[in-house]
Formats: sequence, C-alpha cells, structure tokens
Amino acid sequence: MRPDARQVFPFSAIVAQNEMKLALIGAAVDPTIGGVLVFGDRGTGKSTAVRALAALLPPMRAVIGCRYACDPTVSDSMCEECRAKSAETPLKSRLVSVPVVDMPLGVTEDRVVGALDLERALSQGIKAFEPGLLARANRGFLYIDEVNLLEDHLVDLLIDVAASGENVVEREGLSVRHPSRFVLVGSGNPEEGELRPQLLDRFGLSVEIKTPTEINERVEVIKRRDEFERDKAEFVAKWGKRDQALRRRIVAGRKRLLDIEVPEAVMESAAKLCMQLGTDGLRAELTLIRAARALASFEQADAVAVSHLRQVAAPALRHRLRRDPLDESGSSARVDRALHETFGP
Amino acid sequence: MSASSDAALVASLFAVDPAGAGGVCLRSPVHPARDQWLHMLRDLLPPAAPLRRVPFNIADGRLLGGLDLAATLKANRPIAECGALAAADGGVVVVSMAERLTSHTAACLCAVLDAGEVNLPREGVFIRSPARVGVVALDESVWEEEFIPGPLLDRLAFLLDFNVLSVRTVLVPPYDAEHILAARALLPRVRVDSRNLTALCATAMALGAGSLRVTLLAARIAAAAAALGGRTELREEDAVLAGRLVLAPRATIAPAPEAGNPSKDRGDSRSDDQTEDPAPRAAAGDAGKSHGGSAEITPDDAENVVLAASQAAIPSGLLARLRTPGLGRLVRSGGAGGRAGAPQNAAMRGRPCGVHSGVTRGDARLNVIETLRAAAPWQRLRGRQRQHNSRMLIAPEDLRVTRFRARARTLTIFAVDASGSSALHRLAEAKGAVELLLAECYIRRDQVAVIGFRGRAAEILLPPTRSLVRAKRSLAELAGGGGTPLAAAIDSAVRMAHQAQRRGQTPTIVMLTDGRANVARDGTGGREAAWTEALRAGAVIRAARIMALLLDTSPRPNKAAKDLAHNMNARYLPLPFADARVLSDVVRANIAPC
Repeated sequence: MRPDARQVFPFSAIVAQNEMKLALIGAAVDPTIGGVLVFGDRGTGKSTAVRALAALLPPMRAVIGCRYACDPTVSDSMCEECRAKSAETPLKSRLVSVPVVDMPLGVTEDRVVGALDLERALSQGIKAFEPGLLARANRGFLYIDEVNLLEDHLVDLLIDVAASGENVVEREGLSVRHPSRFVLVGSGNPEEGELRPQLLDRFGLSVEIKTPTEINERVEVIKRRDEFERDKAEFVAKWGKRDQALRRRIVAGRKRLLDIEVPEAVMESAAKLCMQLGTDGLRAELTLIRAARALASFEQADAVAVSHLRQVAAPALRHRLRRDPLDESGSSARVDRALHETFGP
Repeated sequence: MSASSDAALVASLFAVDPAGAGGVCLRSPVHPARDQWLHMLRDLLPPAAPLRRVPFNIADGRLLGGLDLAATLKANRPIAECGALAAADGGVVVVSMAERLTSHTAACLCAVLDAGEVNLPREGVFIRSPARVGVVALDESVWEEEFIPGPLLDRLAFLLDFNVLSVRTVLVPPYDAEHILAARALLPRVRVDSRNLTALCATAMALGAGSLRVTLLAARIAAAAAALGGRTELREEDAVLAGRLVLAPRATIAPAPEAGNPSKDRGDSRSDDQTEDPAPRAAAGDAGKSHGGSAEITPDDAENVVLAASQAAIPSGLLARLRTPGLGRLVRSGGAGGRAGAPQNAAMRGRPCGVHSGVTRGDARLNVIETLRAAAPWQRLRGRQRQHNSRMLIAPEDLRVTRFRARARTLTIFAVDASGSSALHRLAEAKGAVELLLAECYIRRDQVAVIGFRGRAAEILLPPTRSLVRAKRSLAELAGGGGTPLAAAIDSAVRMAHQAQRRGQTPTIVMLTDGRANVARDGTGGREAAWTEALRAGAVIRAARIMALLLDTSPRPNKAAKDLAHNMNARYLPLPFADARVLSDVVRANIAPC
C-alpha cells in the first residue's frame, strides 16, 4: 500500500522536459506555491514525472496514529483529535514519507471525501468515519491524471477543499471536518477538453509540454524506458545516486528558503510584469515571487535575481492571463513578449 | 503482404507479448474474419492465459473490482470481488464495441495498462492486484464520428482494419502455439540495439506517427518479431516489420521525398489533394517538426529501409483521408470518443437525488444510511433467527441505492453554408458568430460541433467537442465557394443529433444558409431536385423533434430559406444586415439556456 512499494521510474532519468521538472522541484521546495498543472501531448512522461516526484521528497514528521498525518509542531493545522490530545500530553511522532496520492478517474466520490465505514456499519451498526483520499493527501501531493476529464462534481469538491485546506464532510449522517492541505498536481491533454477557470486558478504553476522533436532525445527516452522495463530494480539503483543528490538539494533549498532575500528591484519588476500582462489579482504576483524564490533557493543563490524571475515567469503566469478563450496565439508567447518588454532581450 | 496475412501476423506478435504490445484495435463490422482472428488468438495464447470478453458499458466495479455485496452480507465483513482486468492477468481482454467506450472507462483501462496492476481504493476496500493484460478493442464504428478514445488508442500497438477483407478470407497463422511459447521464453533476452531504435524513431518522426509511446510500442514489437524468429539480436527486418505494422497505420504526413521512394499510395493521395483546401491540419502541425528533425539526422541505411517499408504500408488513401479533417482525427488523436455522460452511467454520475430500493447492480451506489434505516425495524423479528448477537441483520430487500441526476448536456451543431452564394456575403460573419458562440459554450461547458457544406458534400469539420483550440482551427480552415448541398448537410446534422441523443445529450441544430440548394445528395447539380431533397431532409428534423434554428444569410430575406425553416419546424431568422455580434446574440437568445 506504500507508494514506494512498487518501482517507479526515477526522476533524474527523465529526458529533457526541463520546464516541467523545474516546476515540480519548485513545488517540492516550497509547497505554498500551489499546485502544478502539466498540459501537453500524449506520451510525454507527464504522469511518470509526477509519480517519480515522491522519491525526491524528504520525509516529514507526523503524529503516530493520526489518520491525517498531522504535524506535531503546528497546532493550527491539526485535526481536532490531535489538538485535544496535544493539550494534555506532548504528541508522539515519527518520520513518514510524504504522501503522493493518486486520484484515479474511476474513484468514487465517497472515496475522495471519506465516507461511512461500510464494514463497521454493516456488521456492527456503528457509525464511524472512514477517511478518503483527501485525508491521505494531507500535507502531501494529490495527483490527478487527465484532470480535464474529471467529473464536474468532483471538480467542485476539489476547488473547495484546495482553497480552504479543510475537508468538511456532511453526508450519510456523518459530520466530520479534518485538515486537507495538499499540493494539487494535474496533468492532461488539452485536445480532450478545457479546464474550468476556477480549477485552473488553483494551480500555482502551469507547464506546457511537447513531444521532443530531436531524434536523439526521442531515442534516449525510449532506450531508458526500455531499460527500466527490463530490470526495474537495476535501473532504479543506477539512477538512485542522482535522485538522492537532487533530493539533498531540495532539502537544502527548503531550509534556506526563508533566508533568501527578495530585492526591492525584483519585486518591482515582478509587479511591472504582471501589470503589463494584466493578470487578475495579487495571486499571480505572489506566485511569481514565491516560485522565483524557490528556484533561487534550489540553485543556492543568496537572493532572487531577475534571471530566476525570467525562468519561472511563463509557468507562473501563463494560465492567469485574462484570455479570450478563442485567442490561440498562446499565452506563452504573450508572457515572452512581456518579458522582453520589461527586461529587454 | 496482404491484409489477411498481416492480420495473422499481428495475432502472433500480440500473443508473444500481450501486455507489452498494449493491444490491438480491430476495426471491423461483425465479420467472419473477426471471429476467426479471435479464435486464432485464443489458440496462439498459452492455454493458461485468460482471454476475457468485456462489454463496453462495463461498470467500474466489474472492470476494476469492488465490494462483493452478497458475500459481504453473508460473511459480515467486507469481501472484495475481483474485477475483469485482474481476472485477465497475464492474458487478453476483448472489449466489444469499443467505439462506445466512455472516456472515463477508457481512462480506467489506460491507467491499468500503464501500471500493470489494479490499484484503487473503492467502496471501503483497497484493491491492488496484478493485471498485466493486453487489450483487443473491437471497433465497430460505422460513422466516422465514432472512434475509440484517443488515450486508449495511443496505448495499443496495432491498428487493424478488417473492412478491406473479403467475407471469405481465411486467416492462416504463420506460427503455431509452440513457436509462440518459445518466443515468449526468448523475449526477455532480446535486446533492441540503438541502430534499429534510431531507425524506428526517425521513421515515426518522418511519418508524424503519434506520440513517443507509439514508438516505444514499435520497439517492443520489433523485439517480439526477433523472438519469433528465434533470435536475441534485432535484425533490420524486425524493425521494418514493426514500422510497417505499428507506425505506418498512424502516419499523418507524407514523408519527405528524399527519405524514400514515393510509393503508389502517396501518388494517389497527392492527386486527390489538389482539389482540396491547402493547409491540412495534420501536415501543418507536424511537417515543420519533421523537417527540422530529418534535416539533422544523417541518412542512415537502416532508417531508409524502415521508412520505405512503412511508407509502402500506409493504407491507400489514408493520407488523403487524413486531410479531410473529420476523418483525419480517426488516427491522429481519436478525439471525442463518447465523451458525454453516457446514459448507461447515469446511475453513477451527477449529484445525488433520493434513493430507491433494489439490489446494487452494476455501478449503482449503495446508500448505507438508508439501508440501515430500512433494516432497523426488522431487527427484532430477525433476531429470533440469528445465532450470534450484537450484529445488524441486513437482508437483500433492505438495500437502498442512491439515485443520481446527471446534468443533461447540450450539443450545439452548427451547419455552416460555405457555398459560393453564401460565402460571398456572409461566410466571415457566420464564422465570427460561431466563434462567439463557441466562447459562450465554453463558459457553459456545452459541447459544440461544426459541419461545413459546400461543393458536392457536407463534411464534419469538428466532431462534438469542448476543446476550443480545435474548434477554432476547424473554422479557420473552412473555405468558401462551390454549390449548396443542402440535403447532405441536413442529413449530416440530423445524424449527429441522433448520436448525441443516444449519448443522453440534448442537441440543437443551428443552420446558417441562404437556402439556395442546388446540389443533390448524390453530388449532381440541379436546383429542382436538390430543393425537393432538402425539404424532405428537413422534414426529418421536424419528425424527430430536434430543436433547430435557421439563420437566413442571404442579402434579403428569401422565401426558400423560410420554407425550409418551416419544413424543419425551425425558428426562422432573417439576418440581412447582421454582423457577427448581432448574429451571436440572436442565436443565444433562441437556444434554450441550460
């Protein structure tokens, strides 16, 4: 049942697709950036990358026996049970791996929000709450493949929980609320359908990904995939070192995150960029700064520089442009243009 | 190589490595050859490997597994039941009428194909069991608008078309079961060397053949072919075979001339194309890429051989068909295969509204509270019969199932007259209006479809979709000029409307035309005959009670359009001086909001 029980394709073995990797690493360094949306062609390794992310995340401390893996140090975000307990005795905790929960399309609503425990209800007539995926994803990542095909009522649910960080269950005679703070990661193919603007807004970064057109890249992708499928354990071991190095950098990046300076000039540039693009609200600016800071921290810089801003501008802003739904010229191009105008070539 | 020997060969290759090959899409009506093929596959697979048939409308619970309610009640603890995919582990699942698969079911299938296991929390039980399966998708589509969902198609190595086979075809397997067994044993040791791999990649790019996943499948098929040949090293012929069977049927562009000898097929498609509009989407999108790619690779013998062979195997007329947008997506992306909330799933989807009693069949969701409530009054009576205490006794008649109400989705079908008479005045305006309406539909999350008609026939520019990118593209490609095949356009719209109704959608037809029909269904000219046919076709809309709206695009309101509208029982709106914005406002006002 543990995610690492099966062998996943190592993150560092993914060929090219730098923007996607950068965005995922950014979200791992600073989860407050918000989620990552990966949109692109079929067979480009979208879900492979997300599933590989789990191996890169440093373990976290969680209260023993808590179904929501509460953080023992932060009482604000605890579930009611843990809060009540912590008032009496210090909570016991242990290190657990960060959950990366897959939300398959076939999932039923009751499994997402949690539901009445069927076993105990039917056999003993006891009313008990059985947590769902939203509980399991607390403090971790929630991944939805083909997010644009998700049913509308599940989307509504997600939008609500992703915004409030709390799952409120009022169904089947149950009344339960529990923390559910997660980084939303979605992937999909735009040809299959669009995403609702409200859900789009819940994603901090959005990445566009294309099938590589370099023959060598393509050969390399297939070679590695083939190698992986032949002997998963060996392949994972072969790339394990690089994954570990990456993981160490992510851990270091997390620690330094708050010490990274954001110079006034960079703030101003970010504001200017957002104004030029006419993005709605402050969320865009905030995400842009946070993403740039996460990147600076990951790259072990002391302060955020314009170069960091430039790198994250497209993923942070492209899905927030007030758009004419028919304008096909592409938001990426518009962000690029604005970047050139603000910072020069 | 004939189509029938290829079909037999595909069965052999597939039997060597069903899970690795992903599967076979078998496009065929009910056909003796199809049954033969399935029998042959059965014989070629090892006896222990299961071959299970699965209906397209299979409930998630049956496909993936779920709670076995009867057993659960009996045992008083949750008992999981094994789904069809897990039961077929190591073998093959045959999906009949796969063109009617909902994108949801297809996505579930894809997830299992990718992971090789079922891994899903459902209904209080956590299901995890190996499911290394190959899929045979039987595609019985008659109309070009129906096809297997793209994501699934992307994971199936082989595309076979039995429509070209004669009824009397006899399939002879080139290998027998023992061969297959030997090849299965050999397969893990087959290495795909980089020369052949590069050749396959280059071929895939030159043909614009699908995603990287397809190339990976081709590499696996090449390995299977080598194993069948009793070798652990790949030979050129293996790559050639893989290119021909896996990549060629997905070709979307004619390879660059220097890459190989122009085949006869390509010559045909060229000449067909000259009469068509320029800028076919498929070619426009990928040609640039492939040029960039092929310029950089140094021509290698292996590549050329694979490419030439693949190219020769491109089905005749395929490229020509690809340039007709409606058909092109058949191979390109598979598009909108049954996207809408299909009626068979209405029991599962949407928001809950009340309960009814009954045993949970299929995917209906058990409502626990109501079930317990129904069982409560009987506990005392039932208690007399029970042996052990402190347990609820629940009988099948207590079961309550939640009912759901799915929002009825609407599909707006635009039939746009692009004939010479219309195009002169209004085509740009009509396009503008449709674009504005598309934006509206986007906000309401409705589906839209666009049919264009001019010259001799009507064509579906855009099958029902919610993707604006595609909608916009298809409109931009609509050129004006030619006759007005009104009857064909109405037929096409009605057919699409019927399909939408079958999927549980509410269709609305919006026709933008001046009503000057002058081309009959068979493509011949003649105002009189064309007009009579158009009127008769229009009567079908009336009879079927499909909501319709006719926008008269002629410079002055004209009687023909008005009569036609009357015959269709459509609202008639003359729009002599409307611009795009006005047109859109009018249509919006006349389509019932959802």
